[in-house]
Amino acid sequence: MISRPRSYVGRLVVPALSILLALLVASLLIIASGLIGPEKKINLLLPLIAYRSLLAGSFGSLKGVANMIVAATPLMLTGLAVGVGLKAGLFNIGATGQVLMGGFTAALVGVRMADASPAIAIPAALLGGIAAGAVAGFIPGFLKAYTGAHEVVTTIMLNALSQLAISGLVNDVFRAPGFSFARTAPVGNAALTGIGGTNLHLGVLFAVVCIPLSYWLLWRTTVGFEIRAVGANPTAALYAGMKPRRMMILTMSLCGAFAGLAGAIEIQRLGYYPAVFGTSIGFDGITVALLGQANPIGIMLSGLLLGAMRAGAPLMQIQARVPVEIIDVIQGVILIFLAAEIVVRRIFRLRAPSAGAGELQTITRTYGEKVTG
Amino acid sequence: MDALLNIPVLGFILQFLVYLVDVIVNGHIAPIILGLATPIALGALCGVMNERSGVVNIGIEGMMLFSAYVAFMTALFVHQAIPADRSTFFGVTPALISGIIAAIIAGVLISLLHAWLSISVRADQIISGTIINITALGLTSYLNRLIKPFDSAGTFQSFRPPAELINLPGVGWLFEMFLSVGPIAMLTIILVVVVQILLFRSRWGLRTRAVGEHPKAADTVGINVIGLRYRNVLLGGVFAGLAGAYLTLEATGSFQNNMTAGRGFIALAAMIFGRWTPLGAFGGALLFMGSQALGVAIRLAPPAGDLGTFLAGIQQSYPSIYNNFFTGLPYLLTIIVLAGVVGRSVPPAADGRPYEKESST
Amino acid sequence: MSVAQPPPPLLQMSGITKRYPGVIANNKISLDVKAGEIHALLGENGAGKTTLMNILFGLARPDEGEILLDGKPVQIADPADAISRGIGMVHQHFMLIPVLTVAENILLGAETMANAVFLDRREARRRIIELGKRFGFEIDPDAKVETLSVGWQQRVEILKALYRQARILVLDEPTAVLTPQETVEVFAVLRRLAAEGHSIIFISHKLYEVLEIADRITVIRRGEVVGTRQPTETNEDDLAALMVGREVLLAVERGTSHPAEPVLTVENLKVKSDRGQEEVRGVSFTVRAGEILGIAGVAGNGQDELVEAITGLRRSSGGTVQLAGQDITSWDVRKRREHGLGYVPGDRQKYGLVLGFPISDNLVLTQYYHRPFARGVQRADAAIEKWAQDKIKEFDIRTPSWSVPAGTLSGGNQQKVIMARELSRELKLLVLDQPTRGLDVGSIEFIHKQAVHKRDGNTGILLVSAELDEILELSDRIAVMYRGEIVALLEGRPKANKEEIGLLMATGGRAHTEGSPNDTSGPSGATPDTSIRRETA
Repeated sequence: MISRPRSYVGRLVVPALSILLALLVASLLIIASGLIGPEKKINLLLPLIAYRSLLAGSFGSLKGVANMIVAATPLMLTGLAVGVGLKAGLFNIGATGQVLMGGFTAALVGVRMADASPAIAIPAALLGGIAAGAVAGFIPGFLKAYTGAHEVVTTIMLNALSQLAISGLVNDVFRAPGFSFARTAPVGNAALTGIGGTNLHLGVLFAVVCIPLSYWLLWRTTVGFEIRAVGANPTAALYAGMKPRRMMILTMSLCGAFAGLAGAIEIQRLGYYPAVFGTSIGFDGITVALLGQANPIGIMLSGLLLGAMRAGAPLMQIQARVPVEIIDVIQGVILIFLAAEIVVRRIFRLRAPSAGAGELQTITRTYGEKVTG
Repeated sequence: MDALLNIPVLGFILQFLVYLVDVIVNGHIAPIILGLATPIALGALCGVMNERSGVVNIGIEGMMLFSAYVAFMTALFVHQAIPADRSTFFGVTPALISGIIAAIIAGVLISLLHAWLSISVRADQIISGTIINITALGLTSYLNRLIKPFDSAGTFQSFRPPAELINLPGVGWLFEMFLSVGPIAMLTIILVVVVQILLFRSRWGLRTRAVGEHPKAADTVGINVIGLRYRNVLLGGVFAGLAGAYLTLEATGSFQNNMTAGRGFIALAAMIFGRWTPLGAFGGALLFMGSQALGVAIRLAPPAGDLGTFLAGIQQSYPSIYNNFFTGLPYLLTIIVLAGVVGRSVPPAADGRPYEKESST
Repeated sequence: MSVAQPPPPLLQMSGITKRYPGVIANNKISLDVKAGEIHALLGENGAGKTTLMNILFGLARPDEGEILLDGKPVQIADPADAISRGIGMVHQHFMLIPVLTVAENILLGAETMANAVFLDRREARRRIIELGKRFGFEIDPDAKVETLSVGWQQRVEILKALYRQARILVLDEPTAVLTPQETVEVFAVLRRLAAEGHSIIFISHKLYEVLEIADRITVIRRGEVVGTRQPTETNEDDLAALMVGREVLLAVERGTSHPAEPVLTVENLKVKSDRGQEEVRGVSFTVRAGEILGIAGVAGNGQDELVEAITGLRRSSGGTVQLAGQDITSWDVRKRREHGLGYVPGDRQKYGLVLGFPISDNLVLTQYYHRPFARGVQRADAAIEKWAQDKIKEFDIRTPSWSVPAGTLSGGNQQKVIMARELSRELKLLVLDQPTRGLDVGSIEFIHKQAVHKRDGNTGILLVSAELDEILELSDRIAVMYRGEIVALLEGRPKANKEEIGLLMATGGRAHTEGSPNDTSGPSGATPDTSIRRETA
């Protein structure tokens, strides 16, 4: 966009306040959990203990900060996977499936190149993940462009199908002998190992690069202009000579590529692919994208925030006896407050937003229609 | 006939069709199909109530999941507090009844949130639904971790129709399908028919359809668009609640994290397939879930002949893929149907567009 | 002996004032309507007529003033209240639900019930047929509204009001979408209604129609009543002057055209709609550089599909399109634009602009990938900004800055953005689709001038408009489109004959037997008994 947003600060206000309110609501839940859980007493200070351990686990030490960055890395990528799609008017909740496909492919490539030099094996596996993710994103994009099937339903179906297909393959075809549970062979030199005794790894660089790359793509290039135009008004874009269908497919493939990269990074960190890879980064990406208002900078910040929460959660579970799933609840409540922006503004007596509907308002428009052009 | 069945590829298809008919009519899987289809049909009814009025509801999955949890836990607590004998009527106990009621209330409450976000706040309705899904998943997983259930209130029992009825040649399986099932499943068919009739022949139905197609027109003849939309969305929550109750009180007697496993979305596809009508959606539900029942049938009573040996061979070498294939069939069918049907199946014209009363110049 | 007081007028609106932020929409307006009277409300777009009627119909509340029915003051809370008091409204954009039947549309909100739950469709059907007969037409209650022609849809709207026992009927720009033929028919219906004692308020900006049908005319300008006349004591110039407040040039200076080589040649073009029906059935015509060809026709006779095929938005199913001698039939939109085709689409907000984008982005929406606006894949922000500033000045676009979203502009300024974008290039052919829909007189004037100017710059212009007056005003030649075919190709003014064109638009030039509701034409080809006269030559 040519004009700089009037104030970045202004756009931070509502998300920040939503987070605050969500933490408040979660506090109630934490207190309630103290009552229902094993302790069986009401401890009004429990939320503070919980949040303090949450912070300690992420910011409290150098190791914690490293953990936070490591946790945030895939989240920023899946956040882009959802966020860039939003700019094109597409809601990519299939990041989960794309992550799995990317991770699985990276594992296969890694196993193949387990003995090659890391300089070749690591990029090869990452590339494999990116490519697989792109294909996984291409499918719903193509279906949406040429049949009108809304990506919200098709991507959820593909999530399930990816999981079933991959677990079937790992169990029956790619199972490595000698392990107590079903998993592939180790990826050997394709693994992303920790640097300097911390958990930081090369994959972090990739995420860091993707953020400014996305920003440049969306706001500075003709391709990004087309993507945003198609997202805002596909018919006008068509009439102006653009090709909405092509843009949709391109964008979904790009989103899939981001998610695939995230999956590849996680698997290469783990060192192998287990038959059932239980990761929440696909879903978390939705929160990161919405909280970041589909803007690469916002996504970076939200990714860090959510990464901090995920990194600190285990410590919180140990110290405050609050289950890690509270993070999932907090996510949901943040989103509710985000969606009910008006309520947040009223509570804090903020001015109403200026004219011009946000990207977040435009997804439902294409729900039942066929796409032209 | 055997000659036909022995042609390489075509033969397989024919063998398959013969098997299909045989297993449905004689294999006693018809009630299983209905059982699998029930939550889908109920979810689709929820979807119809919402979308016919003009509100897109992607959050059926979350509504179902949350109601399932509430049903299970309520029944459990009541069961702990008031242990009671099972009555002969569907095995009803106070616990189970409380569970259903609680589930319905839960469904309505979440629908209230969705209605508020979609109608009053006018947020993007797909995002609103997704938020409900995320929150429901998070909340139920969290609570499930916190309170580890150690017992169960059990489930409703199926009705047992007289054997003569079931064994009628040719149509016996129909009776079996609709009668050899539990109370919620039986109720579902009745609800489908009732809503279908009301939607197209009653005043409520006419106004609902008007509000979903052209809310401004309805407004100018004095219909309360916002009020009607709210009421219908809340009513839809009843169906979603029933669907959730079915999962934990009739189909199984336990709660697993994320046990809805995408059913809410399959329900949406069934609704689109059925052109936003209850009967059509019901047919879609049977179709989609029938494929999963097929997997059960093949495992219990494998087909004879070459097809059987072929399938058995695959099962031997790739057991996990084989099983997952049948589990995944409904999802695959959903994609195929959606891809083929959208554009030909048209939603209500004002679907997804929040209504704003303007006082125009 | 006291003389009996004459009964009070059926409707009185007195001292009505309504303010919106930044504007006084109605300023102490007073109006009275007698029973059995056809009263016209005349004024430009934005003068305040619709606001006044919205107040009458309960869609808005007046800040001051009162409404009296039969001499008694009333408060009208909402449309349901208005309806129950006998006020019925036929909106300019029909409030009909296309997928529902005639009966369902009429019943909605005033349902005839068989019991507490179910509708009594048989009784409703009976009543509807009877009502139609009473006012001179036969209607099929079970037809889906989307299958009806515009004229018949309007009748359904009128029936809606009558079914609810409306005594006062308000019609908002009723003839905006009708052919001259259909206008004659609806006027006949209105006269019958008036004869039966119904009062009719007829909102319009068409001077000659108002002179023809009304018993009294009230002119509104900028929210105030500026005069009430009887048709016998006024004429079009007088009314026009009242409406606009100054001497109005009712026709733009078109001058003569000097057509040169052909820029658009369409030969035997066939185009199918989304549903697979052939909407354009073998159309052939030519547009030359330096001339304006206007396509006249009732909406829905294939014009949309024709324009889509020419601009590249839709594949044709037969025939060819040539642009300056090159066969472009299979070219996509962008390629056609690059070779000199410009297009101003019919719905500026849906098709012409991205409302959320800044004006500058909208100004380069079709050229953003070229130099100087981009170098390769990278956009050149400074160049775009400069160009936008130039265009804003050149086209007098009223906006605080080039960076505000296009959605903040008024309709006229939005159209100027689109015109600026399209007209700032060398064009061989410019396609204008409903270029002045919904705009005020000032903007209309501006756009017409721009179009003529472009024509004089040796561009060929294809003008498609539902406003027959616009076609007559601007076109050097006129093609009449009926049911997917060009049924006539005529010289423009001064030779063009409006009645003749209207007849061609309605009937395609063929004699017809009794029309059915699904026919876009009118009933038997009797000549209209009143002539629709504009200024005499």
